[in-house]
Order: sequence, then C-alpha cells, then structure tokens
Amino acid sequence: MPDLLEFEEPIGVLQREIEALRMLPRTKERQAEIERLDKRVDEVRREIYGNLTPWQHVLIARHADRPHALDYVGRLFEDFEEIHGDRRFGDDPAIVTGFARFGATPVMVVGHQKGRGTKEKIRRNFGYARPEGYRKALRAMKLAEKFDRAVVVFVDTPAAYPGIDSEERGVAEAIAVNLREMAMLAVPVIVIVTGEGGSGGALGIAIGDRVLIQQYAIYSVIPPEGCAAILWRDAARKAEAADALKIRPDDLVALHVVDDVIPEPPGGAHTDAAAAAALLAPALRKALDEVAALAPAARRDLRYQKFRQMGNIGIQEAPATSREQSAP
Amino acid sequence: MSWFKKARRPIATPAEPSRVPEGLWIKCPSCNQILYEKDLEKNLRVCGSCSHHFRMSAAERLAALLDEGAWTEYDRNLESTDPLRFGDKKPYRDRLAAGAAATGLRDAAISATGRIDGLEVAVVSMEYGFIGGSMGVVVGEIITRAVERALERRIPLIVVCCSGGARMMEGVLSLMQMAKISAALARLDRARLPYIAVLTDPTTGGVTASYAMLGDLHIAEPGALIGFAGPRVIEQTIRQRLPAGFQRSEFLLEHGMLDMVVDRRKLRDTLARSIRFMTASQAEPVAEPAPLQAEPAG
Repeated sequence: MPDLLEFEEPIGVLQREIEALRMLPRTKERQAEIERLDKRVDEVRREIYGNLTPWQHVLIARHADRPHALDYVGRLFEDFEEIHGDRRFGDDPAIVTGFARFGATPVMVVGHQKGRGTKEKIRRNFGYARPEGYRKALRAMKLAEKFDRAVVVFVDTPAAYPGIDSEERGVAEAIAVNLREMAMLAVPVIVIVTGEGGSGGALGIAIGDRVLIQQYAIYSVIPPEGCAAILWRDAARKAEAADALKIRPDDLVALHVVDDVIPEPPGGAHTDAAAAAALLAPALRKALDEVAALAPAARRDLRYQKFRQMGNIGIQEAPATSREQSAP
Repeated sequence: MSWFKKARRPIATPAEPSRVPEGLWIKCPSCNQILYEKDLEKNLRVCGSCSHHFRMSAAERLAALLDEGAWTEYDRNLESTDPLRFGDKKPYRDRLAAGAAATGLRDAAISATGRIDGLEVAVVSMEYGFIGGSMGVVVGEIITRAVERALERRIPLIVVCCSGGARMMEGVLSLMQMAKISAALARLDRARLPYIAVLTDPTTGGVTASYAMLGDLHIAEPGALIGFAGPRVIEQTIRQRLPAGFQRSEFLLEHGMLDMVVDRRKLRDTLARSIRFMTASQAEPVAEPAPLQAEPAG
C-alpha cells in the first residue's frame, strides 16, 4: 500500500480500521463491515481527490510511489532494449532511453527516471538529469529519426541538476540544443508528463507533436518553493505559489500549453500503476496514430505552429505610439 | 528541497544601484576608482582604470553597437496581459508598471534593425531594468519575430542577452518561450543565416538554456555571470562554497561554452568581422553536393 500523504489521513483511519478487522476471526458481520469500510475508503478518496488544493496536487505529482518511466515501459511496451550513453562523456541514469514495441509500432522511449529506494534514487540522482542525459536523449531521438521510428517521451523531473559538474559541461547548452533539434525531428514525437514537469529540465525533452499530461502531474517554470523563496521571500509560502503559478493540468490546457489530460485511477497513479498504464495506453495510441498519419513536412510545420502560438494568450498590442522610428 | 529554504531577495523592479546611477561621480565596484559619469558614458560604461564592465541599458547598447547610434525599432507596442493574474507580495501588474516607468519600455527587450559597419542586422537588446530582464511572453514574441524578420530579409541576427531567466509571474507560458524561440532559431539555422548570441552580465536560467546557447557564435563580455542554475541554488544543493570565478565568462570560455570573451570597446569590430565571415558567400549559395547516384554518363 502506498504511503499516505498528510491530507489523506481520513483514508488512513479507515484503512487501519479495516486492517484491525481483518486480524480478527472472519464472520459474516465482520466481512460486511469490511466491505462497507472499503466502499467508504473509495468514497473518501474520491472526495479528497475531487477537492485537492494546488499544493496537495504538487505532493501527489511528487509521490515516491508514482509510476516512473520504466514502470510504464514494462506495462505498455514489449521487447524494451535500453541504450546507454551520450558518446561524449558518460551515461546519465536520470534519463533512460531505449527502443521497444508499442503493439505493432516500434518506438524510441525517452524518459526521466527518479528511482525508488535510497540506493536507486541516488544512482538516478532523484531524476535530476545532467548534460549527458539530455545529450543521450537527443542521440536516441536522432537514431529514431534515422530509422523512421516514433519517439515517446515520459517527463518526470524536479529540475535539471544544479551542480558544478552540470554547469561545467554545459547543461544549458545541452537543453537548448534539444529544444532546437526536437523542433526539427522528422518523426512523430509524443510527450507525456507523468509527474513533475520541472522547468527547463522537463522542457529539454518535451518538444513534441502532442504534449499530454496525467491528471495529477504538474508542469511549472519553477518549483513552488523556489518561487515562494524569491517572490514572497519565504519558502513556506509554497502553497500560495503553487496556486499562483497555475501548474495543474486543467490550467495548462486553458493556457494552450498541453493538448490533453490523461485520467488516472481515483486515488492517483501511485495507488494502482497497472490501472494508470491502462488509462494511458489508449491516449498514447490515439496521439501516435493521429500524428503518424501526417506527412513529415506537414507534421514538422504543425509542431512549429503549436509552439509558435504559445504565449499569445498573454500578449496584447498597446495603442500605437508615434515612436515606431527612433534614433536617440 | 532544502535548497529552497534560504530566503532570497526579491527581484528588484526599479533600477538597481549598478544601473545608470544618477549623479556626476560613480565609484567602480571593482577597483574603487571614482569615475566621472560623463567619462564612463563616453567609455561605453567600462571603467577606464580596471576595465570593469558596468551594466548597460538596452537602448545604450543599441546606440553603442549600431552605425550612427541609429536604428529602426519594432514591436514596441507588445505588452503582457498578466495571463495568470499573478500576485505575490506585489501584484504583477504593479511590477510591470514599475518596469515601464523605470525604462520607458513595455517589456524587457528592444527589437531593432540597423547597421554594424555598414552591414544590415537585426538586433534584440535585453533590458535588465525591466523586472531583471526576465523573459515572459512578450520578450519571447519580440525575439521570435526578430528571428522571423532576419529570415524574411535574409539578414544576420544578434541577441544581446541580459536576463535573470524566465519570468515566474507568467508561469509555464514563460517556460514555453524557450521552446518557441529555439524552434524559430532552428529555421534560421537551417536557412544558414548567422545568429550571434552576445552574453552580458547576467545571463542565467531559461535564457541561457535556450537562445543564449544556440548561437553560431557565443561572444561574452568579461566577467559576466553566465549559467543555468543560480549560484545560490547550486551552493544550497551541493552544500559547499563555489570556487572563485565559477560561472563567469572566463570560466565558460575555459570549459568550451564560449567562442570568445571580448571587451565591450572592441565588440562592434568583432561583430562586424564575424558577420563578414559568415555572410561573405551569401551572394552565391553553396551548391548542394551532387547526389551519389548520378545519372549514367552518355
């Protein structure tokens, strides 16, 4: 059973009650009571998840038990073969790449991998990718392009790694080049934000023909804590920042930043990875089929237009001034 | 997430002390020399004693780079609608108004065309005095349009970066400007038109991770802070003091991220030479190599 978040405590109370009843000898009445309580757990969960605050939503997006890229790979794809290394410096375990089959469709998979358990988390640097990760990702995508294979990207990272080595080897350059080159890829690219869409670290592998997001994932220019620390001068105001930043899927659809929201099981993907994968599969299939049906040149044009319009919603023309020509 | 705990000073909207101070005399923060404002101005805001580069406004920059200090300006009327209705301690609209009052601009960049040593160029100059030069939807649109203008007229593009990164108050829309500008730069790249990124103090965050690092040439001013993550964030992550000179121009040059570090007083000449090198053959485009499977002879 996944760890409960603080605001999920009403579920915990019920679950402990169920647990206690299960320890006792089975009787018809107890069985009925357990079933009643199970139903109640579902109701309470739906109620809590139906009224999440933005900050609670952030906590779910970051939940340690949330399925990661490889969890989905195992459930959605067959014959996955991981490929390693950027052929420049090293292999970054914070981003995984490899080829697989999605039904009959061969795909290149690229995704952040946060790791589970202390040892694995450290090995994967908690999903904070270094320049090598972004360069490996681009190498994998170019390989896919060369052999006319679609790319499927899973995004889930707090940020690109803010460390000395990361800066020395040009993490900014690595991300920038990905942004430019992914815009020009001749093959279909489907991006799915499955957890934390953390700023440039997320965007660096997130240029696609379709950008989908799971129901309890987020996508943000800065973590709420960081925003609160800078603008409120108090990291504790993170809940307000989470609200102000508009980082939830419905906000992102309204801002024309993502195309579609993929539903999750009632208590979030972390309560049932198999169910989450089952909900993800048809959305991915639909997106892939639509995008694969386009001619490469048209697809690239549409991808360009998709990103070209981003932000239009926030721009207006002020009345013209007489200063069109200026020579101070 | 402990690296966020340390409180940081909020972005100061009004002009900072280092920017165009009023008064006749200015003390150089690097060598403590007292400088006469008029002399400093004449010297392109470079300290005559130690060559410390003071920050320039966007307009001062254009005046320094372009022939006769003259240019045609574009997209001056674009302004933010505050799409997120963002408010922290101070409503975003007030920050916008303060930025406008301090700089006379509607956002943090000026888009221009003009000539450098007779060569026609499109130039975008970023304005640090407008919310720390941060990149939101308007800066994103201004730069993207400048890229498109360069493409249409087949002229080189120069962007003078001076920015703390993406603008938080426009949320994920600011982040997406990185993608938008980079996609436009991909087209410029494929059209084989020159793009030069000039990196000045500071160039950080989302600006560095997009157009500042996509130039055919990266030219930085001496001593500029250039990086992705801010030094404080890195210090809090690794829990160590950063080495002296970390993320300064000279450090990036050493690590292969810059083509050159150029004194501001020589920047114009360097740009002119660079553009000449990259455009000399434009009159006669290089022919595509002949296909391998050539038609049979005879």
